[in-house]
Amino acid sequence: MRKILTSKWTKVVVFCLCLLPIALLVWRGFHGDLTANPSEFLEHRTGDWTLRFVVITLSITPLRKILGLPELIRFRRMVGLFAFFYGSMHFTAWICFDKFFDWPAMWADVHKRRYITVGATGFVLMIPLAITSTAGWIRRLGGKRWHRLHQAIYITAIAGIVHYYWQVKSDVRKPIEYALLVALLLSWRLASWLISRKRVADTRPRSAEPTTAESA
Amino acid sequence: MLIQNRGDLTYADVTPRGLYMGRRNFLLGALGTYGAVALWKRLPGWMAGAVTGSVPRPLGNLVPSPFSTTETATPAGYVESYNNFYEFGTDKADPSRNAKNFVTSPWTVSVEGEVAKPRQFSMDEILKLAPLEERIYRHRCVETWSIVVPWIGYSLSNLIKLVEPTSKAKYVAFESYYDPRQMPWASKAGIQIPYLEGLRLDEAMNPLTLLCVGMYAETLPNQDGAPVRIVVPWKYGFKSAKSLVKIRFVKSEPLTTWDMFRGFGGMPEYGFYANVNPHVDHPRWSQAKEHRLGGGLFARPIPTLMFNGYGDQVASMYAGMDLRKYF
Ligand code: HEM
Repeated sequence: MRKILTSKWTKVVVFCLCLLPIALLVWRGFHGDLTANPSEFLEHRTGDWTLRFVVITLSITPLRKILGLPELIRFRRMVGLFAFFYGSMHFTAWICFDKFFDWPAMWADVHKRRYITVGATGFVLMIPLAITSTAGWIRRLGGKRWHRLHQAIYITAIAGIVHYYWQVKSDVRKPIEYALLVALLLSWRLASWLISRKRVADTRPRSAEPTTAESA
Repeated sequence: MLIQNRGDLTYADVTPRGLYMGRRNFLLGALGTYGAVALWKRLPGWMAGAVTGSVPRPLGNLVPSPFSTTETATPAGYVESYNNFYEFGTDKADPSRNAKNFVTSPWTVSVEGEVAKPRQFSMDEILKLAPLEERIYRHRCVETWSIVVPWIGYSLSNLIKLVEPTSKAKYVAFESYYDPRQMPWASKAGIQIPYLEGLRLDEAMNPLTLLCVGMYAETLPNQDGAPVRIVVPWKYGFKSAKSLVKIRFVKSEPLTTWDMFRGFGGMPEYGFYANVNPHVDHPRWSQAKEHRLGGGLFARPIPTLMFNGYGDQVASMYAGMDLRKYF
């Protein structure tokens, strides 16, 4: 398992898998198979995948710890960048195919419609994270500050869910499912943070937990 | 020895193995449970697919109507595959899948309330009550998409005159069919079912208001409201109730499904009138433009017209009414 996870090829495969949703949309586009309402279809599918990739990004650390597979960290940056990629596609679909470059209408939506305001906030917060996702930026900012900055992904996740919840008309099952999932992931983090704080407070030396693949 | 071991220290060595395996099993168990639940949710759809239901059949001798628009009709395939019919699921693609085996025969519509001659109409009677016309109407959904549909039917007023509303009848309430066994999706849609709609009596009597039994020269497909529905072209699509079983004449404004609905924080969706109006926004979006379906991805949204372009026939009914208040 760990051999597979550390293989160079696994990364290539995961990369291709992450491209599948957009590839499928492009394929369907060329075959005129984007349903009766193509702009809405693209907007919904890209929105779904943005939220899914945000959730996958958030679940990597808990999964590493729970499954005892620290190597999973190798995929976190890539998956996070794909969340940003699908977010950009979602935003682009809205501009080009839903609003058709109607700038005044878009501006009105961003500040008048709270579900759009929240969605836009979630998206804008992803921009600095995408920019600072490189090793160079981690060095420049220092691990601690970098980590703090990248906690903005929690806000994006919550914003994405609120955005979703506010726009559905009556059937709230799907946004609720995502909300439960994110609540679970966030409470896991909160719990592990509280535990580690208690450990520090106990003034015992910190356990030699490997925090990255390299230190394992 | 000790030093050598350090190199392949794994997380399993830190966490007691039993606990760690337990967690892994727990996670796999959780995934399995999720899979089982997901399967269970899809089951009704598959089971519904096991029986075969009614398919549209051709309707002949259609009279053309002066109310028809000259705009090109939306391809039938879109009108049949992109539906809001929450009794069969809330996704646009759900109804065409889930309504396949909807049993629409035999069918009766009960007409009752403040009328001199309450009675039940069989589907055969409805089909013969007046000459069937083809009416090509614009149909504007509250969700900012629109279609052009060659509906088949006749003015609802034909039926209303037969039952002779009394002087107390001021409104007409419509009720759609509901059978939890045929529509297991309905209880999860988040709205009140059976679906209730309503019109003021003068609106129901307006010649544009269609009692509709077909489209594209055939009987209605199940997902489009078989076997009989109303079509009110100057109002948002949700006013055009599907699969009618009851028409009730009443004294005061009847409760309707969407008027009763309250979203997050008590947010209403739409009021009783729901006339197409580009100047009154939906709580979450502007109604100024619409996406005419069938134009493909690169079709520019078009401006929405007041009363969906039917102002000449209907505007006088609302003279003196504040349409921002009664939206
Ligand atoms: C610039 C920012 C954004 C804009 C303008 C925007 C706009 C929209 C619009 C117009 C819809 C469709 C609403 C409807 O059809 O009623 C939508 C749906 C959605 N968006 Fe966004 N959004 C943005 C950012 C985001 C972000 C950051 C996420 C996720 C983290 C997200 C996730 C979703 C989801 C899950 C849906 C629903 C898809 C479905 O119904 O299947 N959006 N968005």
